Amino acid sequence: MYSFKYQLAKSVADASAFVAKNSDAKLLAGGQSLIATMKLRLSQPSDLVDLGALAELRGIKVAGNTVTIGAMTRHAEVAASAEVKKAIPALASLAWSIGDRQVRNMGTIGGSVAHNDPAADYPSAVLALDATVTTNKRKIAADQFFKGMYETALEPGEIITSVSFPCPKRAAYMKFKNPASRYAIVGVFVADTGKAVRVAVTGAAPCVFRVAEMEKALSAKFAPESVASIAVPEKGLNSDLHAKADYRAHLITVMAKRAVAAAL
Amino acid sequence: MSATNFIGQSVKRKEDYRFLTGEGTYTDDVVLPRQTHACFVRSPHAHAKIRKIAKDKALKAPGVVAIFTGEDIAAAKVGGLPCGWLITDVNGAPMKEPPHPVLAQGKVRYVGDHVAVVIAESIEQARDAADLLETDYEVLPAVVNASVARAQGAPVLHDIAPDNTCYVWGIGDKAAVDKAFASAHHVTTLEFVNNRLIPNAIEPRAANAQYSRSDESYTLYVANQNPHVERLLMTAFVLGLPEHKVRVVAPDVGGGFGSKIYLYAEDVVLTWAAKQVNRPVKWTAERAESFQSDAHGRDHVTRAELALDREGRFLGMRVMTTANVGAYLSTFASCVPTILYATLLAGQYTTPLIYCEVTAVFTNTAPVDAYRGAGRPEATYVVERLVETAAREMNLEPAEIRRRNFIRQFPYQTPVALQYDTGNYEATLAEAIQAADVAGFPGRKAEAAKRGKLRGLGYACYIEACGIAPSNIAGSLGARAGLFEAGEVRVHPTGKVTVFTGSHSHGQGHETTFAQVVASRLGIAVEDVDIVHGDTGKVLFGMGTYGSRSIAVGGTAIVKALDKIVAKGRKIAAHLLEASEADIEFTDGVFRVAGTDKQAPFAQVSLAAYVPHNYPLDKLEPGLNENAFYDPTNFTFPAGSYVCEVEVDPETGSTQIVNFTAVDDFGKIINPMIVEGQVHGGLVQGIGQALTEACVYDTDSGQLVTGSMQDYCVPRADDVPSFRIGTKETPCTHNPLGVKGCGEAGAIGSPAALINALTDALGVRDLEMPATPQRVWRAANKKAA
Amino acid sequence: MTVKVSMSVNGKPVSGEVEERTLLVSFIRETLRLTGTHVGCDTAQCGACTVVMDGRAVKSCNMLAMQAEGAELVTIEGIAEPDGTLHPMQEAFRQHHGLQCGFCTPGMVISAIDLLKNTPNPTEREIREQLDGNLCRCTGYHNIVKAIAAAAQTGGGVLRR
Ligand SMILES: Cc1cc2nc3c(=O)[nH]c(=O)nc-3n(C[C@H](O)[C@H](O)[C@H](O)COP(=O)(O)OP(=O)(O)OC[C@H]3O[C@@H](n4cnc5c(N)ncnc54)[C@H](O)[C@@H]3O)c2cc1C
Ligand code: FES
Ligand code: FES
Repeated sequence: MYSFKYQLAKSVADASAFVAKNSDAKLLAGGQSLIATMKLRLSQPSDLVDLGALAELRGIKVAGNTVTIGAMTRHAEVAASAEVKKAIPALASLAWSIGDRQVRNMGTIGGSVAHNDPAADYPSAVLALDATVTTNKRKIAADQFFKGMYETALEPGEIITSVSFPCPKRAAYMKFKNPASRYAIVGVFVADTGKAVRVAVTGAAPCVFRVAEMEKALSAKFAPESVASIAVPEKGLNSDLHAKADYRAHLITVMAKRAVAAAL
Repeated sequence: MSATNFIGQSVKRKEDYRFLTGEGTYTDDVVLPRQTHACFVRSPHAHAKIRKIAKDKALKAPGVVAIFTGEDIAAAKVGGLPCGWLITDVNGAPMKEPPHPVLAQGKVRYVGDHVAVVIAESIEQARDAADLLETDYEVLPAVVNASVARAQGAPVLHDIAPDNTCYVWGIGDKAAVDKAFASAHHVTTLEFVNNRLIPNAIEPRAANAQYSRSDESYTLYVANQNPHVERLLMTAFVLGLPEHKVRVVAPDVGGGFGSKIYLYAEDVVLTWAAKQVNRPVKWTAERAESFQSDAHGRDHVTRAELALDREGRFLGMRVMTTANVGAYLSTFASCVPTILYATLLAGQYTTPLIYCEVTAVFTNTAPVDAYRGAGRPEATYVVERLVETAAREMNLEPAEIRRRNFIRQFPYQTPVALQYDTGNYEATLAEAIQAADVAGFPGRKAEAAKRGKLRGLGYACYIEACGIAPSNIAGSLGARAGLFEAGEVRVHPTGKVTVFTGSHSHGQGHETTFAQVVASRLGIAVEDVDIVHGDTGKVLFGMGTYGSRSIAVGGTAIVKALDKIVAKGRKIAAHLLEASEADIEFTDGVFRVAGTDKQAPFAQVSLAAYVPHNYPLDKLEPGLNENAFYDPTNFTFPAGSYVCEVEVDPETGSTQIVNFTAVDDFGKIINPMIVEGQVHGGLVQGIGQALTEACVYDTDSGQLVTGSMQDYCVPRADDVPSFRIGTKETPCTHNPLGVKGCGEAGAIGSPAALINALTDALGVRDLEMPATPQRVWRAANKKAA
Repeated sequence: MTVKVSMSVNGKPVSGEVEERTLLVSFIRETLRLTGTHVGCDTAQCGACTVVMDGRAVKSCNMLAMQAEGAELVTIEGIAEPDGTLHPMQEAFRQHHGLQCGFCTPGMVISAIDLLKNTPNPTEREIREQLDGNLCRCTGYHNIVKAIAAAAQTGGGVLRR
């Protein structure tokens, strides 16, 4: 790891101001993605601003029809939360499927969403549930948030403070894991909000994306067979050692079908 | 059973307490006063000329103590790494042995090849400085695939091997085999790849080298499976140091599986550098370095044919294999795809004629050497895939075709050099079929089909040659070392015992198993015996642990020393009891005068040996301490039958192993608990090979694609099932314990069983390992790769 | 360049002056010389470095020492009773031969305790699935799974501290 300067953030405002001023400074949440890349000398921040002590960024609130999760809430906390399990069970089970027990004990929702790893799980839930990402500056709708591989709408110094998920009528997440890394080769989150159905796919492409054709078919009839013959085109999908594009395309359909079945 | 017979008992392990409480001492736990830290600068290219290395900037970095490159090593006349086995080409010429420098000499030949070492006060400082080392490369075209490397115009790695061929080696009577094929009723042919694997012991390789100016001695702490061999190779062949001035300590070692047998460049460089900087130099591999530079395993491409008569009896076997040995010859690289492979092609069967030809090829990849099983998994895969496929093609039950061909008369001379002393193959197969409930399989298959799942069942009946090895036979086959083992039994005055063994334990539990043997023989408690291993400063000599040899060879050496102890004890007892030596019996730890109640317990005899007041000093030396060296007269031949049942989800290609039954015949078993543990571990490594593990190099750039655990899948707990284990005991006929060895069996038999089950489930003829979900999905749905 | 870091380890307050880039595992192994916590990989996969921080199992190789400032840590050296009596999980590993080379063992034992804390009566499937943060290359997991199942009946999910 290259050397850097470390500071513990005293407030969101301070942290934001510091990172905005110092372009090579980075926020540190759970560190499960950031420290890992720094250890391999793939990332060389000048400073790390640790959000670990900011209590206001932690916690789960359910108000009316919305579950709001503080940015520094750990995956394990979301997975174990009785409130989340009740309001959006698919979200709790998604959190449970992230990495392993130890990683879930450190990693945070804010870090995951900000990092926008192409194979991360949370982005699919954010997108499918039409969640809102709240930062210290504004509220960003899911459809506007994920911009590309490791890219988001966040501006320099902008800090995610929480993510709010409207409770769907029914939803489910199906993940086909990379056998080695256990990230998603394909993860499909299907949510029926009552008004509309949204289908978000992670792992398959450089960035999480929605499948309009599946959404349309499911809005007409929310049943596995509605998506069984809808194939996402291979073009633009990731192709690697573990899964070539055609296999990924096929898995999207299978996982979508199974997610719908699980949501019923 | 007598109170002091511990053979066959699941005694809990003596080593566990320290490991469970964090008190183990692995190499990286060793901290020496004034130690420095080394970072190896490795080649980022698969094949390149080194034009220039500029040290100046790096030397100025904070904390840097020294930087050495190939030039420094050459100037100091440090030798290259030797290969321990000479293979002779079919045309009578010796194999090509290109120099294997410890730091590259003008050229790098694989990603991870050693270019320089940076030594600094802390490891982070060493890494910071390594980043500043300026190396100018002229990148050359690379070749990673063995068949491509032999083609015209392929990039050439070593001048002495212009066709990249190390040797072409053959065994068997080719003309006779060809004739058998010509008249065969049926011929089964398969072509397959035996995938390249990266061992991944969870403890990375590590070393800490110390030089003492006062007596010009060296101490090397190293994660290694055979410290005496390490010392011998290093002193006699590479550094030219006086052997008695070098102590090699292999403390607790966190798994080896072959990868820690070899003398590696890092060990030599550290030892040499410790004198140059006159301070200890420590290095622990990062996992990325393990991936790049630990010796890899397997990597064969094979065309195999089996000739059968009308009844399914095997008439002949013809096997052509191309083995990728990597960029250089690692310590035992040359014998693994030849001696340890082709000699096992008879399997458990009476195949009368076998011909095997192996072409070993250099490529721009990490050196390939023995990995758990070493040659024998490759052989078993050839035999058992052929046999199962032949059975399907001839509409015979897979178990039946095996029964028709089992060897039943022992000793049995195979057509590929080995003589099996004993075996009972029918017994393990029958028990495996029973335990796996093969009879219920059709019902389970039908039930699975209702759920849209595909079930398959596969067998593998393996044999292995263990107890490596009779030195004279090994020598005649090209071994450049002896393969005996040494042991010393030191009886203390109070009758407690310390045993020094040349075997090395890195998970096998020798501290317990060997103590059980000693305690049983001497009639004392297991707690009264301690086993010392892994230190050339303490143990008289040793060839180490690999090839499932520890109990058969190392254990026997101890038994031989124990025999001497008892013989001397008998003399002492005769004197003490005023009887003739011929009348002294030794049972349950007590010397008795036959037919009387006169007796002297073991501790009384040992005390007399050290307090020789009433002692036959005119005839006998005081003390009770004996050595023995044991050189086996034959290999041992563990064998077994495995049955694997899988269920495939054809929609995703996921495979679940729903049942895995392993029935092994390891001869006499000392500690069933430990033996079962060895089988479990071996099975999972074999399952890993068959289902999840693949080392992949990019064919154009020669980069290692699977360079971390994020891409190379070491099996996790949920990838594998619990196992049904059974054992049969057909004692080995030529060692006093009747033992055969059990360390590799699981890894040898399981890949074939699994692929046989998967091809059965999918209704396909072949399936490449590892059978990843993607591959299985393609096979199930007839999709092109 | 250096910072002071303080925490409680196995019930004792400790502190050290370390480079900011020091990983928690390096602080434990090198500064505190508690070498039972191991390093088996560089991508946070093997779990050999697992320790308990404020009641939850974490991988000490994938976090900074500074991220544990003020925390309460338990390492493998703090699992047994002060008199050396093994913790029920350690005892179960011994009884069921859940270890061979011992290198994964400290992380495995700590992770297993955490597993039972969260899932007191796991099925075999649950044990296997929840061991996904720990690799063992020796045992094939068979006996580790058995040990954890047995420890579920003997208080294996409870930490003394
Ligand atoms: C072994 C392993 C397996 C894993 N498997 C999975 C998996 O299966 N699925 C999956 O989804 N993830 C997986 N992860 C990643 C894990 O979920 C991480 O926790 C997550 O990606 C990042 O969260 P973090 O809190 O650790 O963020 P950090 O690593 O601390 O930060 C990540 C990035 O986000 C930025 N950031 C952090 N917090 C904020 C904020 N509040 N506002 C703005 N920017 C912020 C940081 O500056 C940094 O650039 C795995 C990680 C490991 C080590
Ligand atoms: S060393 Fe921490 S997970 Fe491997
Ligand atoms: S016991 Fe060796 S890695 Fe687990």
